[in-house]
Amino acid sequence: MPNTTDVRIDPVTNTLIREGVESVINPFDAYAIEEAVRLKERLGGKVTVLTMGPPQAETALKEALSLGCDEAVLLSDRKFAGSDTWATSYTLAAAIRKLGGFDAILCGKQASDGDTAQVGPGISTHLDIPQVTYVKKIAEISAAGALVERMTEEGYDSVETPLPCLFTVVKEINTPRLPSLKGLMKAKSAKITRWTADDLGAEPEALGLDGSPTRVINIFTPEPRKGGELLKGATADVAGELVELLKDIVM
Amino acid sequence: MAGSITIFLDRCNGCTLCVKACPFDAIHMANKKAVIDMAKCTLCGACVEVCELNAIELKKDAGVKKDLSLYKDVWVFCEQKKGVIQSISFELLGEGRKLADKLGVKLCAVMLGSAVESRIAELAERGADKIYIADHPALQSFQDDPYTEVLVKLAEEYLPEIILCGATVIGRSLVSRVAVRLNAGLTADCTALDIAEKERLLLQTRPAFGGNIMAVIITPNHRPQMATVRHKVMKEAAIDKARKAEVIRKNYPDEVMKSRTRLVDIVAEIEETVNLAEADIVVSGGRGLGGPENFAMIRELAKTLNGAVGASRAAVDADWIPYSHQVGQTGKTVVPKLYLACGISGQIQHLIGDEGRKVPDPRFQGE
Repeated sequence: MPNTTDVRIDPVTNTLIREGVESVINPFDAYAIEEAVRLKERLGGKVTVLTMGPPQAETALKEALSLGCDEAVLLSDRKFAGSDTWATSYTLAAAIRKLGGFDAILCGKQASDGDTAQVGPGISTHLDIPQVTYVKKIAEISAAGALVERMTEEGYDSVETPLPCLFTVVKEINTPRLPSLKGLMKAKSAKITRWTADDLGAEPEALGLDGSPTRVINIFTPEPRKGGELLKGATADVAGELVELLKDIVM
Repeated sequence: MAGSITIFLDRCNGCTLCVKACPFDAIHMANKKAVIDMAKCTLCGACVEVCELNAIELKKDAGVKKDLSLYKDVWVFCEQKKGVIQSISFELLGEGRKLADKLGVKLCAVMLGSAVESRIAELAERGADKIYIADHPALQSFQDDPYTEVLVKLAEEYLPEIILCGATVIGRSLVSRVAVRLNAGLTADCTALDIAEKERLLLQTRPAFGGNIMAVIITPNHRPQMATVRHKVMKEAAIDKARKAEVIRKNYPDEVMKSRTRLVDIVAEIEETVNLAEADIVVSGGRGLGGPENFAMIRELAKTLNGAVGASRAAVDADWIPYSHQVGQTGKTVVPKLYLACGISGQIQHLIGDEGRKVPDPRFQGE
């Protein structure tokens, strides 16, 4: 995904400035990568990182490799263009099937550009495996299953699941490490597998715009928020003034 | 055919309006003519709109037409926790009423739970014409498998044209699965909903790219049209005690109720009684507070105002307060009428967390 913290709007044309915006790891996915690498370090196994995107998404995959992932796969094809969350999750699920067996799939809880939180659950549905979303802690995990804590509005649920299972994770689950020098060297020379639609053996009508039930029909820039009013002066005066202003707001 | 986009080079005068309009940076100029990079183009059509010479043609393939006229009614998935209907459900019933009236169809509430019979009247009072109830011990608390299975079964039998659901932890997990199973379109976090009456299409407006742009999304050839909406974006339906609704009770065999996951425990963590995501007043603290001990002032003020306590990422990262209080891009989205930010610089990632706010926030600077 594009680095959204860098998104700026051109004040003249009201469009996004994408020039020079690099492809980065979605901040939420960084927690998923870290958790996967930690599971590998504890239990053994292999971490494969997978993304769908334009060729420049390789940079993000290399970053993932430098953080301890073993293999990286990029799904890149013009036929994937225009995918909504239905088609995206279908495509990723097809690639996961092609990769073969797995014990757990970890996803960030959502992307910070689209914010939908729909792709993870979509993948688990296409693969027909159980899921636990918003996981903030993997308390126990073994071949038999896992006990995890799933964040709720009020606190958390403790949930038991068999494996394979798909987890979407929240920030609280860990603190991602920085890439090591060794990792960076490894990532630099690592080969990234690139698969196209043909490689996946997927139904062409389920890919890209064809496979997407939703259509964007209009894009517009929201009215910029009106600037606030800055009250200046001695704290006591300003506080009084503010209280008067707040009185007008019906709570 | 996914559809195609063509530039008629004889009409293009190199004005670059399309280059500026493209939200995906997919158009550049070569020899004073526009060129589209198909690796980046999503066929959104923004360039077609701005081209004054009609030099860009977008063909969107309609795909196989389903008989969409079989689909009727607006459904609202009504979330209950421990038997209590969540306020987001009433907000969606309020919005659903408007959509159902525009379409001339019924507004239906769907509730899954255990021993929720006594809650039916509440849904009728909030405007539901019809109520679908699945009452079973396995549905007492949300688990992905049985909830998905039951909602899919209901939708396959009764064919709703629209399903609305709260963009809550439960809602997002549930309808994302249901939409894939039903091969339906799903749009997350809508901030406005409307109906294109002639085409009977749900017009879904949602922020994209962290709220920097807004997108209007439709589901032309699939039904149901599904959308999630966050807390407090829509107005709650008014209560009309005289209203009655038709109730349809559904029972399903045990295999539908099976869950691969098992709920072991439900733990409440938030100290105060006010739910941050729904609070009308939020008092937040950041790194500028200087230390964890000063959160006592934030808590006291929040308590006095009957508000909730929020925090910036910096304060959470410093372990001054649990993550459940974090407001912003990597935390919670809040929709208060009054947001008091203390010791918070107001980085964009923090501001994204209160998109729905109705009034400007007083931000205290200096001492």
